[in-house]
Amino acid sequence: MSGSIIKVAGPLVVAKGMTGAKMFEVVRVSKENLIGEVIELHGDTASIQVYEETSGIGPGEPVERTGETLSVELAPGLLTSIYDGIQRPLELIEREAKSAYISRGISVPGLDRAKKWDFAAKVKAGDVVEPGDVLGTVQETSLIEHRVMVPVDKGGTVVRINAGSHRIEDTIAVIKGSDGKEHEIAMLQRWPIRIPRPSHNKIIPSSPLVTGMRILDTLFPMAKGGAGCIPGPFGAGKTVTQQSLAKYCDAQVIVYIGCGERGNEMTEVLTEFPHLTDPNTGEPLMKRTILIANTSNMPVAAREASVYTGITIAEYYRDMGYDVALMADSTSRWAEAMREMSGRLEEMPGEEGYPAYLGSRTAGFYERAGCVRCLGAEDRKGSLSVIGAVSPPGGDFSEPVTQNTLRVTKVFWALDAKLAYKRHFPAINWLQSYTLYAESLQHFFNREVAEDCMSNRDRALSILQEESKLEEIVRLVGTDALSPKEQLTLETARMLREDFLFQNAYDAKDAYTSLKKQYRIVRAILHFMDKAQGVIMQEDFDFAKLRDLAVKEKIAQAHLIEEGDEHAFDALERAITEQLDSLTLTPA
Amino acid sequence: MSNIAYKTVHDIAGPLLFVREVEGVAFDELCEIELPSGAHRLGKVLESREGMAVVQLFESTQGVATEGTKVRFLGRTFEIGVAEEMLGRVFSGAGTPIDGGPAVLPEKKLDINGSPINPAVREFPDDFIQTGISTIDVLNTLVRGQKLPIFSGSGLPHSKLAAQIARQARVLSPKEVETEGKSGDAHQSTEKFAVVFGAMGVTFEEAQFFQQEFEKTGALSRAVLFINTADNPVVERIATPRLALTTAEYLAFELDYHVTVILTDMTNYCEALREVSAARKEVPGRRGYPGYLYTDLATIYERAGRIRGKKGSITQIPILTMPEDDVTHPIPDLTGYITEGQIRLDRGLHQKGIYPPVIPMGSLSRLKGKAQGEGKTREDHSGMDAQLTAAYARGVEIRELAVILGESSLNETDKAYLRFADRFEKEFIRQGDTANRSIYESLSIGWDLLTELPKAELKRVKSDHIEKFLPKK
Repeated sequence: MSGSIIKVAGPLVVAKGMTGAKMFEVVRVSKENLIGEVIELHGDTASIQVYEETSGIGPGEPVERTGETLSVELAPGLLTSIYDGIQRPLELIEREAKSAYISRGISVPGLDRAKKWDFAAKVKAGDVVEPGDVLGTVQETSLIEHRVMVPVDKGGTVVRINAGSHRIEDTIAVIKGSDGKEHEIAMLQRWPIRIPRPSHNKIIPSSPLVTGMRILDTLFPMAKGGAGCIPGPFGAGKTVTQQSLAKYCDAQVIVYIGCGERGNEMTEVLTEFPHLTDPNTGEPLMKRTILIANTSNMPVAAREASVYTGITIAEYYRDMGYDVALMADSTSRWAEAMREMSGRLEEMPGEEGYPAYLGSRTAGFYERAGCVRCLGAEDRKGSLSVIGAVSPPGGDFSEPVTQNTLRVTKVFWALDAKLAYKRHFPAINWLQSYTLYAESLQHFFNREVAEDCMSNRDRALSILQEESKLEEIVRLVGTDALSPKEQLTLETARMLREDFLFQNAYDAKDAYTSLKKQYRIVRAILHFMDKAQGVIMQEDFDFAKLRDLAVKEKIAQAHLIEEGDEHAFDALERAITEQLDSLTLTPA
Repeated sequence: MSNIAYKTVHDIAGPLLFVREVEGVAFDELCEIELPSGAHRLGKVLESREGMAVVQLFESTQGVATEGTKVRFLGRTFEIGVAEEMLGRVFSGAGTPIDGGPAVLPEKKLDINGSPINPAVREFPDDFIQTGISTIDVLNTLVRGQKLPIFSGSGLPHSKLAAQIARQARVLSPKEVETEGKSGDAHQSTEKFAVVFGAMGVTFEEAQFFQQEFEKTGALSRAVLFINTADNPVVERIATPRLALTTAEYLAFELDYHVTVILTDMTNYCEALREVSAARKEVPGRRGYPGYLYTDLATIYERAGRIRGKKGSITQIPILTMPEDDVTHPIPDLTGYITEGQIRLDRGLHQKGIYPPVIPMGSLSRLKGKAQGEGKTREDHSGMDAQLTAAYARGVEIRELAVILGESSLNETDKAYLRFADRFEKEFIRQGDTANRSIYESLSIGWDLLTELPKAELKRVKSDHIEKFLPKK
């Protein structure tokens, strides 16, 4: 089961004598025991991408086959973990390496083997179970009950079930299959990262992923089980947006992948999450989170694997019936890792040096998102929402990664450097962004929030669009050339932008706004516009009077009104009515 | 390590040697090349195959012949001997002393490539560094352990600015923060500071400028300089920043120094990388730069930060000149994706005679959030930052509008913004190269400028801060 190296070039190693090796098989490279994966085979020669630094490795050194494909370990203990790209816990790496640096050849298990978990049985001996059925549960964290499922390839009659305190490798159930053989089942299961986990079938998403970010929820909502992307140049706020989503979105489990990003940013997540509490439950956010950190200076091949590691873990929780959200920051680094390996393999390059399979790999990744009916007899539904950040070179959205991503994602949150320069955050451009879920979510919003929720949203969007047209006119001929009606549109758009869309992610009070409150703010602004329509049509009306109304200050503060305080909004609307009426009564 | 000297150099192309019939050569291994003339040069293995090694020389290949050249593989990667006594010394871009002093007695030998810091062991940087420059302190706050590059263009005063930052940067003591700089020890004595300077492909004069600047201010005794000038070998530049950072890591994480690393000019470094890539006939990425430029730059920039349980820190200030002032050029573009923000210099401001020409639009410090506000600087800091930037952006927009429509077409609010923008440039951005403003001075200038605007426009600063700090007219 071993071959020998004939070539080393960066993360690519070529070995001969690899007869029988399979594609994507895990191998151990050299005396240092570096982890690698077979990515190309020619006769008995295998090209291997190595997940660790290869300096000091040379021809002649051995390559050991393991016979396994690159897999993740799935069992209680995943939540609150911080992994590198190939599921090695970073804290264990530190302990093992006895250094602040990541040294190589370290072999640590993804999950703690010694820890005991209280396993509560959900089935009894004699029950017939099929793949995906829940055998029992473990309270993994105070937020999440881990459901131990029958593995995908097993099923039959339960012979024995062992409730009680167990390690993850202990046998917790014995199942007799249809072939008459008895299978021992442990909590610990493995799944190859490049193969999507199966489900009964996918269903059309129908409820929104509530994020608390006003521009996202109101204007461009994302569905639970949807796929979205956030492209933007550097400094426009991709990471802040992704982190906000991870903090406040109403998914039950979060998988956050820092793929080829900054070390300090990962540290920020690592140090901040344990202290932040979930707005929905009040528990520390870390209890529902799994972090995968592959910083930009960590080996490039592991960066390629990290998104698959993350999404496989996310699918596992989806299969338990949870709403899972996965953030990948940034998928451009993942694509670049592919490009780098492709270049080293001397493959024929496609657009901008990216491999020709960039499109299919991107599509394959985002298609793993979705709302599903989980395996198992019980009717369980789970969802996996995927939000990928894209870092287009120079902020140019026409580049291959952005374009390939846009083809498969349904929500597009376009970040705009110009808005960021003006310190308008979140710097999401309302003219460029779109969502294709508006229709399928319409029912939800109109039922759960308010009947006119979606029609208000459409109005707000068209006002903002109108504004951009009018601004061009203003740029040419000045504000004076506009009719009062057009001036009112500009004024309303300005309120929408500054008093509604502008949101401070760093301000604890402002960072999260509920759907209901978002609706009320928009309604108040539109109410102002409606009431003003009549006022401005008066002859010789001085527009400055409208601009200087005291109530506008109140609208600007509306986002600070306490959650659930409907009276405050009613009062605000009354104040708007009164003040605008007073303008009508004054003789011109 | 083998003592075999191979005489099998088969091809020479650019900085690369292709050595045949070799055995047991490792990837990234260091090797020594003996020229027919007897001279010695260093190289490293870029690719190792059965029977062949591709070697990249750190110096020029001039004089290397396919016959008579001996290559000895040293069995180790490129290492540098580091020691505290390197402080005050000047080295070449390849790490040999060029100040006439003796060789350094190494306390430790370290691989210049370093290893990635485990993100779980990092400490999040949140100590405010006062640079004495208003546009940086208030708007783009520098934090200890940050990597904050200067995006410049040719002919802009980036060297002056970098030297000024290196000279003035310091951390405020709690007492100073409490009393808003009125009292407290301005010269902390317990902390050790050092500057590590790496110059890649700069002109002799620029290198001299820094050297003299350090000498003049007495900073040379706590500085280590690595200098590769424009006439030094191009490929040596690939090693220079790594030598500098390995030294910095030793000083910071083993000897508890707070190290500021200045690297100039990263554009030259990237060009050296492109040269090697082209010689290897690799598939080029954008503008001929190799596809792994991002990864390669990351292995430099990511070597900054703080580590849990260690006293020292590395703050990195790389300088790069944007070709044609184009921020979308691959070098600034990829840099911006790795570093924690950027200080952008603007030709327009420079032409107006404003120093430092730091333009708020396009400049950013990603780590500023945790280093602004109560306990770090003052409670009104982050609001002031957002307000000044937003107002200046608006002012500039209106200025452009006024050019087309004439100033008479502007309303009162617009005119106020215009006045604000003019004063902002003259009073806030502009300061001399010796002016060392405390953060509190900078903030009061900010409040003074805000008096130009109607109160209703001050949406980004909190109302109780307006009450407390805004000068009454």
